[in-house]
Amino acid sequence: MAYTIVLENCTGCSACEPECPNSAISATADGLYQIDSDLCTECVGFFEEAQCTAVCPIEETCIPDPALVEDRETLMARKIKLHGE
Amino acid sequence: MDKKDSEFLKIIQEPETEASGCSEKSTCGSSAGPADMDPEVWEKVKNHPCYSEEAHHFYARMHVAVAPACNIQCNYCNRKYDCSNESRPGVVSERLTPELAAKKVLAVASEIHQMTVVGIAGAGDSLANPEKTFKTFELISKAAPDIKLCLSTNGLALPDMVDRIADYNVDHVTVTINMVDPEVGERIYPWIYFNKKRWKGRDAARILSERQLLGLEMLTARKILVKVNSVMIPGVNDEHLKAVNREVKKRGAFLHNIMPLISEPEHGTFYGLTGQRGPTAEELKHLQDSCEGEMNMMRHCRQCRADAVGLLGEDRSSEFTNEKIEAIEIADVSYDLSAREAYRDKVEETREKERKIKEMLAGLGRGKGLEEEAPVLVAVATAGEGLINQHFGHAREFQVYEVSATEAKFIGHRRVDLYCEGGYGEDDSLSRITEALSDCVGVMVAKVGGCPKKTLEEAGILPIDGYAYQSIKPSLLQWFSEYVEGIRSGKIVPKSSSGQTKIRSGAFTAPSPAPGQIPLAILK
Repeated sequence: MAYTIVLENCTGCSACEPECPNSAISATADGLYQIDSDLCTECVGFFEEAQCTAVCPIEETCIPDPALVEDRETLMARKIKLHGE
Repeated sequence: MDKKDSEFLKIIQEPETEASGCSEKSTCGSSAGPADMDPEVWEKVKNHPCYSEEAHHFYARMHVAVAPACNIQCNYCNRKYDCSNESRPGVVSERLTPELAAKKVLAVASEIHQMTVVGIAGAGDSLANPEKTFKTFELISKAAPDIKLCLSTNGLALPDMVDRIADYNVDHVTVTINMVDPEVGERIYPWIYFNKKRWKGRDAARILSERQLLGLEMLTARKILVKVNSVMIPGVNDEHLKAVNREVKKRGAFLHNIMPLISEPEHGTFYGLTGQRGPTAEELKHLQDSCEGEMNMMRHCRQCRADAVGLLGEDRSSEFTNEKIEAIEIADVSYDLSAREAYRDKVEETREKERKIKEMLAGLGRGKGLEEEAPVLVAVATAGEGLINQHFGHAREFQVYEVSATEAKFIGHRRVDLYCEGGYGEDDSLSRITEALSDCVGVMVAKVGGCPKKTLEEAGILPIDGYAYQSIKPSLLQWFSEYVEGIRSGKIVPKSSSGQTKIRSGAFTAPSPAPGQIPLAILK
């Protein structure tokens, strides 16, 4: 599944934005951050753990989106589609 | 030199200035620089309010909060909390872009000629936001080349950034080092983010410590001055900070600033929520004293916010909000370098006068048979000019001196104002003051009313109003001989310290000006 940011918890610190290998993270109009699920690969193909979660200072804020469950093959296919082999 | 500056200088001239940044062994009162300090180093510290205790009476600093992201979690920090009445590191009210930060620096420098230093201290970690931090430095150094640049960091990213720090002529770096032992560190840092991975426990603390010490060595090898900040956490790293002091001294740190833990539960930090207490004033002083023989200790830190503006101990950030800065046309800001230089020349003259006063004081108090008497702590209410010139009830903070027969040594400030009105509004203000000064045998004031006088006496603190409007240091020395006579004749009962003096931490935040009010000099 793609990751999502719980906006009620987000402090807008921006730590996640430069760490995302897919450039899937951008600022909202309110200065908080959001993840484009079409670009998120959960860092599959890049890193062992989701970078947004690893760097986020607030627990339970960058989380797997329960509404967008995807398997590893789908995520890897997206990675290849976005970045090539 | 305009009228505003002369008035300011008049207010802050304090003949009691201390050794710069500095332990007793230095004689930093001289504008020529202390005898035991490298002239090159003196040139760097003499106008920096955080690195020189003397300078902090004359020069101001501002922090620009361009660095919101952080790469570690500390148990004394909660990134979600910002109370506008509260002042402590890691907290800001507004974030700035590098462009807006540079504009703000120009606006403040034009309004406050004594502002000599711009620092990036967060609200996260300056080096976890390298693009924003270095872009800000680039813009400021172009627009205001006379301003010194500094930054503070937790040190994790430091070894990778030392070259860029040197490239931008940043000559002061503060590294927060709370431990050199991962077993201690795992109780302070729940995790770090390093090499694309979240590390926890002892591994996290080990990596952090190695990076901090390596970064420190790399900076001092490039002759960049390093101040080490340490947060004193009783029962966690208090004794251990002596080892930290030795390790950072060995690696060439210039100054060590041991600060008390701030852990009010309402801030929502791990320590605040788990009941970890901060140190008492006695514990903090004892630790600072025991490290002092080894290197320069900073005693005048007010633990200011990452967006503080002004002299240490005051915060004028509310005069320079983003909204106000955005409204200023940059062409309207008069960046008057010659006025700023004139102010600095005037300060040098004043410092020279102070050096002479200090020399005159050096012989006082000797040969009266008092040298063997133990020193005592005395609080002083002062509005500046080095005089005992403040009414007890008007003091927002007291200066505390350790007084002996031959010396009156400044050891720190004690805040007595409310730093978060929401949290402390019900407190009885008088008992708050006696708690904050409970390790002092007396308090010197210009005047004190009958009621507080009685309360002070009951708390074992002598109200001393016989030196009103006189100079602080000579008065303290003279008073000490009276005090010793009083003890010897049985008129004064020696006080035993409770050891429980409360610290009210953080810098005072000045009340906001009326809405819409913009500092005058910004708009020509």
